Amino acid sequence: MDRPLTGDMRPDGRPLSIEEYEEKGGYQAARKALRGMAPKEVQDLVKNANLRGRGGAGFNTGQKWSFVPLGDEAPRPKYLIANADEMEPGTFKDRMLMEGNPHQLIEGMIISAYAIQADISYIFLRWAYKVAASRLEEALAEAYSSHYLGENIFGSGYSLEMHLHTSAGRYICGEETALLNALEGKRATPRAKPPFPQVSGLWGKPTVVNNPETLCNIPHIINNGAEWYKGLGRSQEGGTKIYGVSGRVKYPGLWELPIGTTMREIIEEHAGGMKEGYRFRSVIPGGASTEFLTEEHLDVKMDFDSVQKAGSRLGTGTMIVIDDRTCPVGAVHNIEQFFAQESCGWCTPCREGLPWVAKTLHAIENGQGEPGDLEILQQHTDLLWLNKTFCALAPGAMEPLKSALKIFRDDFVRHIVEKRCPWK
Amino acid sequence: MLTEKERDEIGRELANYGEGGRKRAACVEALKIVQRYRGWISDESLRDIAGVLKMTPEELDGVATFYNLIFRRQVGRHVILICTTISCWVMGYEEILNHLQERLGIQLGETTVDGRFTLLPVPCLGACDGAPAIMIDDTLYTDVSQAMIDNVLSNYSEGQR
Repeated sequence: MDRPLTGDMRPDGRPLSIEEYEEKGGYQAARKALRGMAPKEVQDLVKNANLRGRGGAGFNTGQKWSFVPLGDEAPRPKYLIANADEMEPGTFKDRMLMEGNPHQLIEGMIISAYAIQADISYIFLRWAYKVAASRLEEALAEAYSSHYLGENIFGSGYSLEMHLHTSAGRYICGEETALLNALEGKRATPRAKPPFPQVSGLWGKPTVVNNPETLCNIPHIINNGAEWYKGLGRSQEGGTKIYGVSGRVKYPGLWELPIGTTMREIIEEHAGGMKEGYRFRSVIPGGASTEFLTEEHLDVKMDFDSVQKAGSRLGTGTMIVIDDRTCPVGAVHNIEQFFAQESCGWCTPCREGLPWVAKTLHAIENGQGEPGDLEILQQHTDLLWLNKTFCALAPGAMEPLKSALKIFRDDFVRHIVEKRCPWK
Repeated sequence: MLTEKERDEIGRELANYGEGGRKRAACVEALKIVQRYRGWISDESLRDIAGVLKMTPEELDGVATFYNLIFRRQVGRHVILICTTISCWVMGYEEILNHLQERLGIQLGETTVDGRFTLLPVPCLGACDGAPAIMIDDTLYTDVSQAMIDNVLSNYSEGQR
C-alpha cells in the first residue's frame, strides 16, 4: 500500500534532515516543476488529480489556486500561506507531518507558491507545536543554505521567501481570513468574503491559504502524476488521507490510509477497537465541528462525499470516539463551551448565542434543565446556522449540537426529567 | 525599558514582514519575545513595545488581550496549561485537574503563594492521541496520570529550574 506522505518517515518520529530527504527523492519534484513546467501546468495537474483541501472544506486545490491573477499585470507581492494552526479539537495530524518530515511541507510550499507565482510564503503555526516549530526553523535554514529558498531557485529565475510565524492562541486563527488579520498583527477577526483571499488577501494582495497535509501531497502529485494519485484512493476521491482516532480506543493515533477507508476499519483495525470495558456509542468523524454519527454509519467510507451523504462532514478526518460510559450531554456541553469561549466576539449571534447554548447545556447536565430547554437549543441550531453569522465558527458549533439533539434525544430528556446526569 | 537583546530579537522579526507600515505585523511575536524574558506583559512593557512598532499602546493592548497565550497579568515562574477540550474530557482531564488544584492549593486562573506555578485551562494542545495532556512552560506531557503529576511537579521544585 502506498503511503506517500508518511512512508519515508522514521518510525521513531525524528525528522529527516535535508540530506536524508534528498536521498529519498526529496526536492526532485520542485526541480521538475520550477525548471520544466509552466505555473498553469502545475495548477492543471493538481486540479486533475482532484486533491481536495485537507483542512476540512474539501475544495479542489488546483481550482482554488486558479483564482489568483497570473501574469505581469498581477498585483505584487503575492503570498502563499500554510495554515498550520490546527486548532480543531480532536485534530493532531499536521503536527505529525511537520515534526516527522518538515522538508516535505517546505517542498510542497515551494511548488504551490510557484504555481500561483507567489513571492513570499508564511507557515502560520499553532503556538502549542513547540517541537514542530524548532524542526521547521531548522529545515528552513537548511533549505535556504541549499538555495532551495531565496533568489533564483534551481536556476529557474523564480524566487521565494519563506518564514515561520508562530501564533499566540485562539481557534478563530484557523479561519483563513482571520488568519490573515492575525498575520498582519491584528485581532484575529474574520473578514467579509468576497473579496476572496486569492484576489485580496494578506495586505490586500492575492493570497492562497492551504492546509499542510494538502501541501505535503503536492510533490508526490508532481512526481507521479494525476492518474497515479487518483488510483491511491478507495473511492472516487484521490489520494491518501491521514486519519486519526482519539477517545477510549485501544491505540489512539494516526494512520495514512487510502481515502475512502471505512470508519469501521480505522476504528476497529487500526485503533484496535474499544478499550476493555467500554462500548462504542458514537463518533465525531472530523473534529469538534462535525455531526455525531453512530454504529449504523460505521461502514461509511471516510471521504468528503460519503461522510456528507451520511449526514456529517469528513472535516479533518480525525475522529473522536464517544463510549457508552461517557455522557453524551456532557460531551456536547464540553464542545459548545469550547466554541462559546473561542468566538472572536465580532458578530452578535455568535458572541451571544453560543454562551447561551453552553449555559443551557450546563444546566441540563447538572440537573437544572427545564422543559422547553431542548426547544431553545433546537432554535439556536437554526439561528446560528450558515449565512446568519459572519463566519463558519457558529454554524460549525451547531453541527454536533444539531445531530446530538436527534441521536441522544432520550438522554437529554432523561437529564431533564430525572434532574440529574445518569452517568454521574 | 526593553533590553538590547529584546530589541534585537524584535528587530529580526520585523525583517520577516517587509517595509513601511507593516511593523505592527511583528507585534504578536514582539509580545512573545518580551514575555519569554519577563513571564508576562506589564503596562510598561506594553508601552515600550508599542513605541518600537509605532503603534499606540491601546492598539497593541487590543491585540495583546485577544490572544490567550499573551499574559497581561503576572504569572508564576512556571505556567501549567491543562487541556479541557473534548478528547481530554472523554479521557478524564477533570480528575487530573482536581489533583493539580489540590496539590497546588489553587484554582484555575490562580498562582501559588510562592509564585512558582500558575494554573490555566487551554483549549486543546493538539495531542489528542495522548489525552489527557498538559503543558508546563514549553514541555508537553501526554497520557497524564495523578502519579505522573506528582513526579513531574517535583522536577520544577525550587532550585532545580
